[in-house]
Amino acid sequence: MSATPTDSLVSTLGTLDVPCEQTTPEAFEEALSPHLRGRSVGVELDGIDASLTRTDVEVDPTPAALKAATTGVTPASFAIGDYGSVVVPESPAGSDLVSLFVDRHVAIVNERDVVPDMEAAFDRFGEAFRERTQSGIIATGPSATADMGELVRGAHGPSEVHVLVVEAADE
Amino acid sequence: MSSPSELRDVMATEGAAVSENTKGFNRGRYDSVGRLSDYDALKDEARSIKEDAIERLPELIDRLRDTVEANGGTLYIAEDATDANDYVRSVVADQNAERVVKSKSMTSEEIEVNEALAKDGVDVVETDLGEWVLQVADETPSHIVAPAIHKSRDSIAELINERFDPEEPLATASELTAFARDHLGELIEDADVGMTGANFITADTGTMALVTSEGNARKSVAATDTHIAVAGVEKVIPSVEDLQPFVELIGRSGTGQDITSYISLLTPPVGTPSIDFDDDETPLSELDSDRDFHLVLIDNGRMAMRDDDELRETLYCIRCSACSNSCANFQQVGGHAFGGETYSGGIATGWEAGIEGLDTASEFNDLCTGCSRCVDACPVGIDIPWINTVVRDRLNGENEGQFDFLVDGLTPDEEETSPSLQKRFFGNFEAIASVGSALAPLSNWASDTTPARMAMQRVLGIDSRRELPQFRRETLVDWARKRDTAIENPRRRAVLYPDLYTNHVHVERGKAAVRVLESLGVDVVVPPAPSSGRAPLSQGMIATARDHAERVAETLEPHIEDGRDVVVVEPSDIAMFDREYERLLDAEDYDELASNGYEVFEYVYGLLENGAAADDLRHGDGEQLAYHSHCQQRTLDLEPYTLDVLERCDFDVTTSDVECCGMAGSFGYKSDYYEVSMAVGSDLRAQFTEAETRDRTVVASGTSCLEQLDDLLERPTRHPIQLLD
Repeated sequence: MSATPTDSLVSTLGTLDVPCEQTTPEAFEEALSPHLRGRSVGVELDGIDASLTRTDVEVDPTPAALKAATTGVTPASFAIGDYGSVVVPESPAGSDLVSLFVDRHVAIVNERDVVPDMEAAFDRFGEAFRERTQSGIIATGPSATADMGELVRGAHGPSEVHVLVVEAADE
Repeated sequence: MSSPSELRDVMATEGAAVSENTKGFNRGRYDSVGRLSDYDALKDEARSIKEDAIERLPELIDRLRDTVEANGGTLYIAEDATDANDYVRSVVADQNAERVVKSKSMTSEEIEVNEALAKDGVDVVETDLGEWVLQVADETPSHIVAPAIHKSRDSIAELINERFDPEEPLATASELTAFARDHLGELIEDADVGMTGANFITADTGTMALVTSEGNARKSVAATDTHIAVAGVEKVIPSVEDLQPFVELIGRSGTGQDITSYISLLTPPVGTPSIDFDDDETPLSELDSDRDFHLVLIDNGRMAMRDDDELRETLYCIRCSACSNSCANFQQVGGHAFGGETYSGGIATGWEAGIEGLDTASEFNDLCTGCSRCVDACPVGIDIPWINTVVRDRLNGENEGQFDFLVDGLTPDEEETSPSLQKRFFGNFEAIASVGSALAPLSNWASDTTPARMAMQRVLGIDSRRELPQFRRETLVDWARKRDTAIENPRRRAVLYPDLYTNHVHVERGKAAVRVLESLGVDVVVPPAPSSGRAPLSQGMIATARDHAERVAETLEPHIEDGRDVVVVEPSDIAMFDREYERLLDAEDYDELASNGYEVFEYVYGLLENGAAADDLRHGDGEQLAYHSHCQQRTLDLEPYTLDVLERCDFDVTTSDVECCGMAGSFGYKSDYYEVSMAVGSDLRAQFTEAETRDRTVVASGTSCLEQLDDLLERPTRHPIQLLD
């Protein structure tokens, strides 16, 4: 059997030193817990088969709470297997902010939303962007810089990224 | 033009950091594109999207204006830098903005918007860490992607410690990064306007792609209420789907990353909540997102470049930096020497000529030797050496009349303009070689005398530290004419093209080539033929090169029509036939020569594949070789043939992996560039003198590579065909 997009996502994230875990809607809360570090804030997981309601994550934080937080949990619109990327949607709920102004970003994506490659990703972007004006960030691993003389993980954005892939609920 | 002492200084102060970083990027590029299964197809796709977009640019800009306005933003087309800056200043003034935070944008460097805003009393803060270091140091970028590439970690630490006097002096890259993040984070939070560039903008949706890794561009947009994006008009492409090949290629081609941390696909004004971090009451979902957005597209010479058949390709450039990193000269001197007002590296000649004018391009254009290694590296396949050649040709036109009285009689070129005396000397090397052979050995003795070399250095700028080629009295054509060989039932029939160097200088390699081909059953003739025009072309003398090309085609055509293949020993000449002749000859003549021309080892390989016996060639019995291919030969992907044939003949081959030997035709002979040339060569010397290689026989395919290796090493060198003879 050939590798699924999720297999490829898991293996690419492995090479990027990004912890990735597959879980189910039922086991989600338990699975998320070890990925939270310090004060955790988040954006409700619209469109994902999981919820932050019964977790330790402060959903829809104030700006001050975001600034004080260490971990930010957001949904990802989809993920790109080949590249180990997650797509953070721009949303009025502030996914972009919560994934950026923290030291650890935890991205949650549905397994059915893992596309194999960049071509599939841009087919999806094209359709969505023409249907409704919107923005998204293809985020791959932590923020990084080589401008200070050697590679440093954690520049202006997070120094760590974790990804949780939620398998579809049993039929 | 940088003087030798300026080049020496820049190599001494910045060379080590530039060299380490660019070579690292270049190695990363090879690794990263090697992981793509469809690299060439992606490049072709990227190229065709750019060709189409530039062709349809006015229409795409109209469409973009409609989409940007429908999205709630404003599109402004600025004619030039002043126009752009005036618009940006008015937007900033309307917001009563005190601080503008910027992410990295070469286009904003081009228009010098920081200086324009500073005059209005606006605090402009660069938030990309490399740009910020340069802003603190008051220096300019030395590389289009990694602007502070010329600075070492120690020099950055020294700068930051001195300027900010932190409680604990900063030393490591992590400490410096953390300090900068905190310092800049506060400035970003309080800023009024966020300014970004844009790598690509799609006409269908008004979406701009920003290729970044630090997260500062995202923060600069998210933390401010007004977003200004500045970009060249050439950044517009038709649709969102068109972004895909560029997203896959840009990081790989530049810094060797499969993808950068963030590809922001922003369709401004973005709806991310506007944030005030002191607010501890309002949840994010209840915040407004009322942003202004201004897209400033800058012409500044670009539409004129679009109308210029020779400079148009420059507009396909996606500013990835591959041409800088893959350039052997850039690796030594960096963008402060190999660059103009804003842009650096090989493609900068096109940008600077189009934006600033020929004078600016003339400052650094001769650092491009035409080695062509950037052509393979460029994700949109721009013929960067050709752009450099064209600009050199136009610059020659500006030196009207300088030396005409001296050289018109000696130099039979076709130039209506007046290249410098040095350029005409090298450009007319064929005439010199003919005289040289006719008068050899007297001509060699005469030119080797101290007074002669001093005069050559003074008048022609030929460095006296270089050994000059020794002309041979009996040329290859003379030798072949006297031979009486007949091949019974020949396997193939061929013309061995007597290139300038094989004919007059490296005659032995030509004789070896003839004998090797004959031993494989090929009937070979060596007719007199004009030189290829490589020499004048490298001096920007296009009219003369075209005249050579036409005469070569005329000379070889009857042989080709008679059923002969054309075999070429000198790699820079087969590269002429394959690449540059397409621009110099009409399509029919070009096709005839290009499709019937073979590099000598490519030809031998073809013979062996088609039934000739390798046993008829001399074998090496495991002899150990160190082989340096030739830059243009590698661009044409011809190196593998040499390796394959040598291995079949039982030689044990190790190859160099430097991009160029540094000699590059006449470049290394010029006093101005002797030291750069030797610095480039030092990598090759290191590779061929380490324990693994120091006892290996040195072979190289190119004339200038052999000359350079003779100067670099203390052991003899030869063309690999001589080993099979």
